[in-house]
Amino acid sequence: MSQGVELRGVTMRFGDFAAVKGVELDIEGGEFFSFLGPSGCGKTTLLRLIAGFNDPTEGQVLIGGKDMRGIGPNGRPTAMIFQNLALFPLMKVWENIAFGLEVRGVSKAERRKRAEALLELIALPGQGDKQVSELSGGQKQRVAIARALAVEPQVLLLDEPLSALDLKLRQHMRQELREIQRRTGVTFIYITHDQGEALTMSDRVGVMSAGRLQQVADPQTIYEQPATPFVAGFVGENNRLLGRIGRVEGGAAVLDSAIGPLRGRLGGDLAVGAPAALFVRPERLGVQPASGTPGQGGHIPATIVSRAYEGAFLHLTAEAAGGTVLTVHLANSAGLPDLQPGAAVALIYRPEDAIILPAEAAA
Amino acid sequence: MTALYRRYGPGLTGLILALTGFWIIFLVTLPQLDMVDYSFRPNLSMSERGGPNDVYTLQNYATLADNAIHRAIFLKTIWASALVTLTTLIVCYPIAYHLAQGTTRRQAALLMLLLLIPFWINEILRTFAWWILLAYAGPLNNMLVALGLIERPIRFLSGDGGVIVGMVYAYILFMVMPIYNAIESLDRNQIEAARDLGASPWRIHWRVVIPHAKPGIAVGCIMTFMLAAGSYAVPALLGSPGSRWFTQIIYSWFFEGGNWNQGSAYAFILLLLCIGFIFGVMRLARIGLADIAK
Amino acid sequence: MIDDRFARLLTRAYLGLFFAYLFLPLAVMGAATFNESRFPTVTPWTGTTLKWFAALWADGQMWNALGTSFAVALGVICLAVPIGVAAALFLSDLHSRARSLVYGIMVSPLLTPGVIIGISTLIFWRPYGVTGGILLTVLAQASFIAAYVMLLVLARLQRFDRTLEEAALDLGATPMQAFRRVTLPFLMPAILAACLIAFLQSFENYNTTVFVRGFDTTLTVYIASKVRTGVTPALNALGLILIALTIIGAVTHELLRRRAAGRKAA
Ligand SMILES: Nc1ncnc2c1ncn2[C@@H]1O[C@H](COP(=O)(O)OP(=O)(O)OP(=O)(O)O)[C@@H](O)[C@H]1O
Ligand SMILES: [Mg+2]
Repeated sequence: MSQGVELRGVTMRFGDFAAVKGVELDIEGGEFFSFLGPSGCGKTTLLRLIAGFNDPTEGQVLIGGKDMRGIGPNGRPTAMIFQNLALFPLMKVWENIAFGLEVRGVSKAERRKRAEALLELIALPGQGDKQVSELSGGQKQRVAIARALAVEPQVLLLDEPLSALDLKLRQHMRQELREIQRRTGVTFIYITHDQGEALTMSDRVGVMSAGRLQQVADPQTIYEQPATPFVAGFVGENNRLLGRIGRVEGGAAVLDSAIGPLRGRLGGDLAVGAPAALFVRPERLGVQPASGTPGQGGHIPATIVSRAYEGAFLHLTAEAAGGTVLTVHLANSAGLPDLQPGAAVALIYRPEDAIILPAEAAA
Repeated sequence: MTALYRRYGPGLTGLILALTGFWIIFLVTLPQLDMVDYSFRPNLSMSERGGPNDVYTLQNYATLADNAIHRAIFLKTIWASALVTLTTLIVCYPIAYHLAQGTTRRQAALLMLLLLIPFWINEILRTFAWWILLAYAGPLNNMLVALGLIERPIRFLSGDGGVIVGMVYAYILFMVMPIYNAIESLDRNQIEAARDLGASPWRIHWRVVIPHAKPGIAVGCIMTFMLAAGSYAVPALLGSPGSRWFTQIIYSWFFEGGNWNQGSAYAFILLLLCIGFIFGVMRLARIGLADIAK
Repeated sequence: MIDDRFARLLTRAYLGLFFAYLFLPLAVMGAATFNESRFPTVTPWTGTTLKWFAALWADGQMWNALGTSFAVALGVICLAVPIGVAAALFLSDLHSRARSLVYGIMVSPLLTPGVIIGISTLIFWRPYGVTGGILLTVLAQASFIAAYVMLLVLARLQRFDRTLEEAALDLGATPMQAFRRVTLPFLMPAILAACLIAFLQSFENYNTTVFVRGFDTTLTVYIASKVRTGVTPALNALGLILIALTIIGAVTHELLRRRAAGRKAA
């Protein structure tokens, strides 16, 4: 099993600006861990702290239990795959792959042999004598991976390595990366702002926003039980309804909103009267005629604003009382209702499908 | 500094800092300061240095104010350099424009090569070539006499005319290149559009091309003026004792008068003149230092 | 249309005149080499000869001066090129307001008259026992030629992807290895160009050299002194040879460039 990475209260400041704030995290050896977050939230900065291009202003980075402060990138058991790949343009493909061995003083014959073996692994056998500029995007990608694997790192750091590829290739490379990770057992720390990528590939995901780690969990938990309004809003689509806590009943609560009382799971430490938001996903909403009687579950009277038919799904937008706009995705399984803009309906949901979280300070 | 250290480690960073520091401190800054310091001290013998007479004084500057001949030469250097600058600008602007906008890329490359060749040959030889051409019994005089345009040969090399012609020739490239670079970045469509709107060629240049080329023109003028005012080679070869240049007076303070302090004062005045010109032009054209060194 | 044709004619005429102005003096200087006359001129033509080449060949002082010029140029390359490269690296990692100040100081020698560079160098080094001569000339010339080198290298460095250096470090290279294997090869074209420019600048320098040369004579100083005292057509022969070398160099450079461009297009 390869080594894990621990971050202890890691903060990174550039001048007055803190790009990473107090990150606490244990990444286990052999894990596939993804950082997910919007552009500029500090993902690359965090990865560079682990790689050793910078030391954190505060806190510690430990790899394999060892404090890494003062150890440069060339002294750490990590290898990075850069956002732009950073292949050496003046070296041949095999020289690129063998560069890490070259600087370790491995003989040329041995380097050549190891490079060939890695080319085999990335399905580019016999292409070692090509120039980097002669490769396609996907091939370059794989060479970058081979170059990083050549130094047998304990931890592989990948900074949005697939962002430059087209959709088809990206999907293919996701599988390959996962495959390589399984085969080598190396710890993968993967950065992306593509949530699909993070959810499908990772053992665990860490969601970041504005330098802070918002939630760390397995993909399903991230989606089903977001810990903060940011995570609820950022991962997948979500409808948000604002109000104040009306009642708390164990794990559930009632939100007093402009629409009326709304029931949902309680996702945080909230007292009666506290400002809060209820989140419910578009695919968890159902549609009833307005005349139907409100049952035990959530019930939101609304007017259809627009509809978009997409084969497998019907997308609706509806406006509820107080001007709140909600989206609904109806699966095209059993008889879609005939809904035209202007129709008065009730949107319904099961209370366990909705989650009530503290309202964001900024929102 | 920390970025440098992180990237290059102790050995290389040390080397980089040492080399850069040596250059900036010992080759550029301190020598200049030393020259200024020199210019404010009296010319003393070795034994008197550091003694009671070694005090700061303005006497070296007073010399220029008091010496009518030196003053006249100084003023002549200024206006002649300005004239050289203006002439070079007028000669070079059409060429730079033609290279940048008036011709195909291929042809421009060829003309550029032709333009560069004389400037790879050294300044002294270029000036020497003019010396031959302008000599009293030289080809130009012979031709003019043969054509009947003049009756007797002209002494081109005894006034300032020869010096000015030689300088214009010597600094052409320093004017053409920056203007060419500036005009080249002008979108050809702008010229087409102006022509389409019925603007005359003069108007196009005055309203479209010249404003765009202003930084290049400024840089060309700065370089040419500085080179002309500071030239020792051209006046030394093409001038006569009667048409001395300020640099020649500086030289004679050093190597004939043996008064380095006096020479330093004159040199500092020349430097101030050039700095003044540079800042004046930068002000006029509204450009910064980063635009100059390209 | 008439207007257009007239404009084109005017342009042609101006170009012709301009290039005549550019090359006529050089042509006259070259032609004078073959004139029998003791004085370098083309009028009157007193007979065609090659003897001035022989005279140049036999001129021991000229050979000495040439040797001095080469020694100085070599010294300048050895000093100014490393300085210029270091300064460019230093500058490109500087991001504060200090950058424009340092940049200003670094390019200031290019905006300073050559005589002043010579004078200040002469004054500054005297107390340290470095008086006029080859060493002082190297120091003086390097002080401004390093600025050319710095600008050339900086321009190339701006096109350099700095993550390549980081990638090398990340793969375990020492900073020295990363520099030698990644940064330096990328900068090489600029460094070679800088060597050439440094050589040419040093070789042709007069204004600075004349103050710091002491009793040593470089080729330009020699030519200048000859023009003023006892000019002979042997100088023209020297000029002609330098022109020929220049043209050969320029044409080769152009041909190589075209061939490289052609290969890239193919
Ligand atoms: N060297 C630096 N100096 C100053 N600010 C920096 C530096 N590096 C990053 N930042 C700032 O830190 C913040 C986080 O940057 P970072 O590159 O980590 O974002 P990111 O999450 O990787 O974004 P992206 O998805 O766009 O790559 C940004 O606001 C950026 O401007
Ligand atoms: Mg990033």
